[in-house]
Amino acid sequence: MSDIYATLQEIVGKDYVSNQAEERYFYGRDPGLMPPHEPDYVVMPRTTEEVQEIIRLANKEKVAVVPKGAGLSLTGLVIPQIGGIVMDMKRMEGIEVNEAGRYVIVEGGVTHAALKSHLQKNYPHLRHSIPDSPPIATIVANAVIHGQGRLTQQRGFNSDMVSGLEVVLPTGEVCRIGSCAVSSYWFSKGPPMPDLSGLFLGWFGTTGVITRLGMKLYPCKKMRDVMLYITDRAELIPDIIRKLSHTEMMEDIVVSCAPLPLRFKGVFNMLVYITGDSEEELEFKRKMAWDALREYFESRDGGFMGVSPYMKPSLLAMPSKDTTRFADVSKGGGFEYSGPIAPIEKYPQYVKKLEELASKYNLFYSSAARVIDGGHSMMFSFSYTFNRADPDTMNRAKTALDEAAEFALDEGGVIWKPNLNEQRMVMERMDPNTLKLLGKIKQLLDPNGIMNPGNWEAK
Amino acid sequence: MTQDYASQIHRCFRCGYCKFPTDYSSLNCPSFRRFRFDSYSTGGRLWLIYAWLRNEIDWSEHLAEILYACTTCKNCVEQCPMKFSTDIVDWIVGARSDMVEKGRIPPQVARFFEAVHGYGNPLKLLRSDRAAWADGTKKYEPGDEYLFYVGCLGSYDENGQKMARSLADVLSAAGVSFGILGNEEECCGNEVYMLGEMGLFQTLAEKNNQQFKELSVTNIVTLSPHAYNVMKNNYHQFGADFAEYHYTVYHYTQLLYGLIKENKIRLSNNKAKVTYQDPCFLGRYNQIYDEPRQILQSIPGIELVEMERNRENSFCCGGGSGNFVMDLLAGGKDSPSRARVREAHDTGAEVLAVACPSCLTMFTDAIKAEDLDDKLVVKGISQIVKESLSSK
Ligand SMILES: Cc1cc2nc3c(=O)[nH]c(=O)nc-3n(C[C@H](O)[C@H](O)[C@H](O)COP(=O)(O)OP(=O)(O)OC[C@H]3O[C@@H](n4cnc5c(N)ncnc54)[C@H](O)[C@@H]3O)c2cc1C
Ligand code: SF4
Ligand code: SF4
Repeated sequence: MSDIYATLQEIVGKDYVSNQAEERYFYGRDPGLMPPHEPDYVVMPRTTEEVQEIIRLANKEKVAVVPKGAGLSLTGLVIPQIGGIVMDMKRMEGIEVNEAGRYVIVEGGVTHAALKSHLQKNYPHLRHSIPDSPPIATIVANAVIHGQGRLTQQRGFNSDMVSGLEVVLPTGEVCRIGSCAVSSYWFSKGPPMPDLSGLFLGWFGTTGVITRLGMKLYPCKKMRDVMLYITDRAELIPDIIRKLSHTEMMEDIVVSCAPLPLRFKGVFNMLVYITGDSEEELEFKRKMAWDALREYFESRDGGFMGVSPYMKPSLLAMPSKDTTRFADVSKGGGFEYSGPIAPIEKYPQYVKKLEELASKYNLFYSSAARVIDGGHSMMFSFSYTFNRADPDTMNRAKTALDEAAEFALDEGGVIWKPNLNEQRMVMERMDPNTLKLLGKIKQLLDPNGIMNPGNWEAK
Repeated sequence: MTQDYASQIHRCFRCGYCKFPTDYSSLNCPSFRRFRFDSYSTGGRLWLIYAWLRNEIDWSEHLAEILYACTTCKNCVEQCPMKFSTDIVDWIVGARSDMVEKGRIPPQVARFFEAVHGYGNPLKLLRSDRAAWADGTKKYEPGDEYLFYVGCLGSYDENGQKMARSLADVLSAAGVSFGILGNEEECCGNEVYMLGEMGLFQTLAEKNNQQFKELSVTNIVTLSPHAYNVMKNNYHQFGADFAEYHYTVYHYTQLLYGLIKENKIRLSNNKAKVTYQDPCFLGRYNQIYDEPRQILQSIPGIELVEMERNRENSFCCGGGSGNFVMDLLAGGKDSPSRARVREAHDTGAEVLAVACPSCLTMFTDAIKAEDLDDKLVVKGISQIVKESLSSK
């Protein structure tokens, strides 16, 4: 074992490897509810070549490797289930923008924070799809788990915006995916060739380490505003979303509900974001949103509410800090969500279940549902807080989340960033031939089974 | 103060907002910036303290180093979105004080305490040399308007002494009645407090308060923001009977700006492009951001340019919490002071102005290490004002 440590030091330099109890403790956990398991080593490579050398070493020594971004998926995806090496990607922080081609190539550890501020400073007319995860979350990991951000309503999952990959395969070769495999331009992750990016996106690092990723950038309009639509009728939400997305003018649509503050209990808050290059453009979009929902205004089933200047900055912030603050509403330092990707028509049933489970397990809840890709689906979060100092609330939250996941699957959804148990649930329901294909791909790419073992293991 | 940290510390979600300044443009927790392992971030520290309290990990020198690599710069307090944010540094100090009580601290920290205890300063220099810099500056007598509290770096450090000397000269030129404590001055205890040695801190605070009271001190002006902070915010807990006795503490930049406004200091042309480092104990701790800038802007010829991270987003020099002596964050290009002088140089400034002797010493070394000697010079604001004093 100490040979591995010494070799890792040779590869990345002694300041960037640890096998000490403190790093092993911290990197053996995430903020969610999955049980901890400690790595033997934590290593922070700087270059693709260093990643290759680490992977070759891991193959030789048959030790596991778990690539890690910020570890904020909350579902234990970076907890090394059988120990081994956690590869913390944060020192791979290069950013290269192709302004004319409207894409950026980021190295494996670039954070949403770094890209956001780089664009604001150097390319203020361009933007990327920022999720509401804390800003230290990485672009690559967010794409690896098919994350969603501010542009998801218009452009699909953040992984749909990927425009190329450089991957170190589980056997150590470096491989380019997409247009960058044949050209110096990173404009497409596959088309017009076979789209091999699907071998890596959604796989939780089990099929290789992404060392560079192309991400599409989009026009950043000069102005942005948020409208708040409220209704107390969950059954109307799917139609309201349909009507709003029909305008094809909304940047982002997020529906949220929570039992507190009391004035919002039983009320669904729909945040509708618009952007424009002029006040006229914004005004036109506001009018389109109003017109789309006129029917419900007239029947008194819902209406737009003024957003106070006090509330606006926090609603417009990217990422939204309020999402993170939820972890402290019960003063316990924890929350987790099960987030199925689901048909929008299921919104009322999901909300009912969310509240039922909260009351059954005596938990504080909230939910945010983000519309995906012009209204083809939504991410619905069943979010529950827990108290890290109280194992009982942790158990209750865990049980509630398990039940929520079962329910979401029964109701036609598919679990997003599933933990190990949820992956099992998904694979149990998967078409058997699809499951076999999953297994064959994994076996082919990772013959020694070293990459993030435990995840997507089709047995 | 620190007592109830154990019942609250589990509330950290390790979300990492505290790693950044407001605009997310870079990493703003100096120890995380330096070491990069998440264990050295605020969340890492809080989770490890919690693990230690629950016996999930044992004490080790590495654990203690992680805890003591925090410079108590308060960037995390500024950035954490949670309701408990204002308590974070108190939690860290609380855990340190538990380690001190159990006698489990890194050797550098133990040496720091021994030096302060034995010599009245962390540099282990003779008490009898404390006023060697003063060269005729008069001792404080009851009736003087200000006690000039010089502090350990101002008294002993070569660069700090220049800062102190300049301030004394400027105050004299402005006709301010003031005096110093000379060799009777004690360490202010700010670092001792932040490092968690509450017994030693109490002794220092009581001694100083006693001395201030005996001399009927009513106004104190400090060279160091660290002394300003601890006297203003922590001394009232110890020693002085405030029912009868009060004193007001100023940082010297507050006093100088007042004197400039009252025309008691006249400034002549001093052409230079200058950038300014907000010291943590003046800025984030005490919200003094404007006066140092206003002083610089009052000097004809000075063009003040801001570093990217400034005011509440300023990046610590790495010297806080005794690290100007222990320097647990030293080593290589990633040390905070070196990163910061590169940022200062990027502004195009030729002078890096500081209001804190600890920033002065950290940056003086960093400029050498970065080979920027002929491009950037670090100076205390008192030195810049002295250079700019009008002879008319
Ligand atoms: C408060 C809060 C709000 C959130 N809001 C959102 C939201 O709005 N939208 C959203 O999408 N998500 C959200 N999330 C979930 C999650 O934080 C984000 O998706 C985040 O982007 C995950 O990135 P990470 O760097 O933390 O990933 P990690 O947890 O570090 O990694 C995720 C997966 O990617 C793998 N991986 C990491 N790096 C690589 C690599 N280089 N190569 C191959 N595999 C790799 C890991 O092994 C792991 O399986 C939220 C989370 C929180 C706590
Ligand atoms: S201290 Fe606050 S900002 Fe930092 S990780 Fe903990 S909860 Fe997040
Ligand atoms: S006080 Fe400064 S050094 Fe300490 S944890 Fe907070 S940000 Fe980091």
